[in-house]
Amino acid sequence: MARAVTPRRKALNTAISWAVGLLIFFPILWTILTSFKTEAEAIADPPLFLNFSWTLENYAVVQERSDYMRFLWNSVIIAGGSTVLGVMIAVPAAWSMAFVPSRRTKDILLWMLSTKMLPAVGVLYPIYLICIEFGLLDSRAALVVILMLINLPIIVWMLYTYFREIPGEILEASRMDGAGLKEEILYVLTPMAIPGIASTLLLNFILAWNEAFWTLNLTAANAAPLTAFIASYSSPEGLFYAKLSAASTMAIAPILILGWFSQKQLVRGLTFGAVK
Amino acid sequence: MGQITLEKVTKRFGDVEVIPPLDLTIEDGEFCVFVGPSGCGKSTLLRLIAGLEDITSGVIGIDGNDASRTPPAKRGLAMVFQSYALYPHMSVRKNIAFPMKMAGVPQDEQARRIDSAAKALNLTDYLDRRPGQLSGGQRQRVAIGRAIVREPAAFLFDEPLSNLDAALRVGMRLEISELHERLKTTMIYVTHDQVEAMTMADKIVVLRAGHIEQVGTPLELYRAPRNLFVAGFIGSPKMNLIEGDAARQHDAATIGVRPEHIDVVDDGPWQGKVGVAEHLGSDTFLHVHGTGLADIVTVRATGEVGLRHGDTVSLAPRAEHIHRFDASGLRIA
Amino acid sequence: MATQHSRSAARFMMAPAVILLLGWMLVPLTMTLWFSFRNYFPLRPDRVPGWAGFSNFERFISSSAFWPSVQTTLVIVGGVLVITIVLGVALALLLDQPMWGQGIVRILVIAPFFVMPTVSALVWKNMFMDPTNGLLAHLWRFFGAEPLAWLSEAPTVSIVMIVSWQWLPFATLILLTAVQSLDGEQLEASEMDGASPLSRFYHIILPHLSRAITIVVLIQTIFLLSIFAEIYVTTGGAFGTRTLTYLIFQRVLESQNVGLGSAGGVYAIILANIVAIFLMRIVGKNLDR
Repeated sequence: MARAVTPRRKALNTAISWAVGLLIFFPILWTILTSFKTEAEAIADPPLFLNFSWTLENYAVVQERSDYMRFLWNSVIIAGGSTVLGVMIAVPAAWSMAFVPSRRTKDILLWMLSTKMLPAVGVLYPIYLICIEFGLLDSRAALVVILMLINLPIIVWMLYTYFREIPGEILEASRMDGAGLKEEILYVLTPMAIPGIASTLLLNFILAWNEAFWTLNLTAANAAPLTAFIASYSSPEGLFYAKLSAASTMAIAPILILGWFSQKQLVRGLTFGAVK
Repeated sequence: MGQITLEKVTKRFGDVEVIPPLDLTIEDGEFCVFVGPSGCGKSTLLRLIAGLEDITSGVIGIDGNDASRTPPAKRGLAMVFQSYALYPHMSVRKNIAFPMKMAGVPQDEQARRIDSAAKALNLTDYLDRRPGQLSGGQRQRVAIGRAIVREPAAFLFDEPLSNLDAALRVGMRLEISELHERLKTTMIYVTHDQVEAMTMADKIVVLRAGHIEQVGTPLELYRAPRNLFVAGFIGSPKMNLIEGDAARQHDAATIGVRPEHIDVVDDGPWQGKVGVAEHLGSDTFLHVHGTGLADIVTVRATGEVGLRHGDTVSLAPRAEHIHRFDASGLRIA
Repeated sequence: MATQHSRSAARFMMAPAVILLLGWMLVPLTMTLWFSFRNYFPLRPDRVPGWAGFSNFERFISSSAFWPSVQTTLVIVGGVLVITIVLGVALALLLDQPMWGQGIVRILVIAPFFVMPTVSALVWKNMFMDPTNGLLAHLWRFFGAEPLAWLSEAPTVSIVMIVSWQWLPFATLILLTAVQSLDGEQLEASEMDGASPLSRFYHIILPHLSRAITIVVLIQTIFLLSIFAEIYVTTGGAFGTRTLTYLIFQRVLESQNVGLGSAGGVYAIILANIVAIFLMRIVGKNLDR
């Protein structure tokens, strides 16, 4: 319930909120601004906000020196591949649990959630070993599978909560209308669940894009995505602020834009439907 | 063709037997209504016939063939759901076409059947709208249209009118009855509303706790209810059920007299005070207290009657319309 | 409520997800458990592999690095939780107020959550916390103070700051969702009853938020227990910022003492499961509705 407030009160709220919002956003803003400065301007004292000579040079240098596009492509393949694969596996599972629930459904859902809580570091070496055994160390395939597995519980859960909102009678109607299981899922369930599936894809793409344990530990030169690309700026290149900023901006820009579309789904996806 | 037979059909959910062994035959072309209070198993029975639930034992036959294990899609039945269950992402045209698309009906034949269904149901102007843009009555017609185009062996209706407002309900009731007259296809209709049952059915099946209490035409049930439950369920206002001395005079444990079979007279056997008098114009319902027969005796007097709250009345039941029941609640012939 | 046919179809369709997750859980877990009872140095041919009994578990706990790492873990997790919850509640209440441009402010506040952990760690480390050129150093000098070498002088505090910045949006977003579900009439009723804003906060708003707060605490704990990139990029575990996760990582991959690291892994798994049980209870209860 929005209650009527005085314009003065509203102005005050607005001022405080914007100040706090900008403060929280400032590190990102500062990174983006710095990426357009020269190295000298980037470390100028006092700092320069907008009164510098804007340049795109850093972006060119970053791409040229460290082949940004290759890392970007790896990120897209790994995040995209794991998300699409995960949704393909999760849609049938979520359908089963939402529309043909049994006494065990709840236990299975909770068990799936529990696998998400397995600390990665606890199983680091076995996974590392398995990757070596199958020649998959530093391969995109291994990361696609691993990130798919760590996000699969979230994907199943999100889809499950969306599917539960679809009335079962509509699916029964399609069965009466002569649809088999395949037609029921393809022509009736999936089109109705498109918004839910889209938000699931989006959120999990973001989570996979930003994942920084497996991507750092299981990749070297070939399969390294943007997380590893940025980590390579740790030193000493990190002291070239303008280039670091350009690299960072390029790494986060795609996801910031996608993220803004997914803020509502974020709550549902990360709390497993416990907060609505 | 559309004869449906149930032989010794049972349904259990875990340890709970919701349908005890049950036999029923619905003849081809019949309009059969399952009626009963909520939880009586009437919807479950319909879903068993549809194939949306498995029967635990017994045989369901459609046109003489055993369909007990046939999936719903292959039974050749069409169903209209309480919530209409339209596909929200498809236009009205595509909704109606969906069963034909599943059955692989050729395009031009699809178009022909959609046209004729739309004309019959007044949907021609709405074919390109989405279900969300339609009113409740229109959605209901789309659901019926989707059922008609399949040319099914039988239509199954699961409380199709309960989401509509009262005025619309009467209109749709007539439309469904007319549809049945025109198509002559078997229809099975589930409702908890005995008025719908009485007005639409060729045959009524009264259910309680999964049991069939009585099967018959509306007038058979009205004239000769087989037991107290059917007597109390069919007819509006409800039949007056009277125990005690008045019943013993007729050699029965309970007697039942319908409100319309009690006359207000100058000197009748029963006396009481009028509580609430409901004046409908065509009829007047009198709720009479203090007769010593039952808490309230309801009387339906024809036309406008000048009785008010607190008036003393004298009542006479019509002897030929007194129903007698024994101690176990069964009708005494 | 379904037919035998659809039930068997359901089992079939659930199988891939269940089998994959079962494999993902059991295979590495069994291997970790196996390694934890072994002496195992893959890169040291001179050390003979063999059965170790419980010695890895004993050595992991009794090593001089263990207790400091537990302490660091607790400080980081606890610090981040307190900061994000307190600021998160405040922010949620603030953003719930009527204002102009609410959507944009929301976006500004949420943005840090979408920044990849390696980026936020590096940007904070170099551009803000660097003692000569960092923005915070500029700020300190502007006020005439001696700039701080954040990551070597106050390393744990620095990491808490970075991680809090990353997780504050998450807490805010969830708490804001909870605040918005608060019944306005309930607040108005309490206002009619003469409750002051402060007592309204304590007696109505806070109890309403308690469930959401619990969930934020549990979920963040699980993620915070395993933060890695933020330490890897900033201090590399130096200056007493080695958490339990980082210690295990070092044992396994840096010093290749797989047996010892695996024993540590088993401890981490047990720790995570204790938290997980509480979270599952809440989520499970919610499923029944």
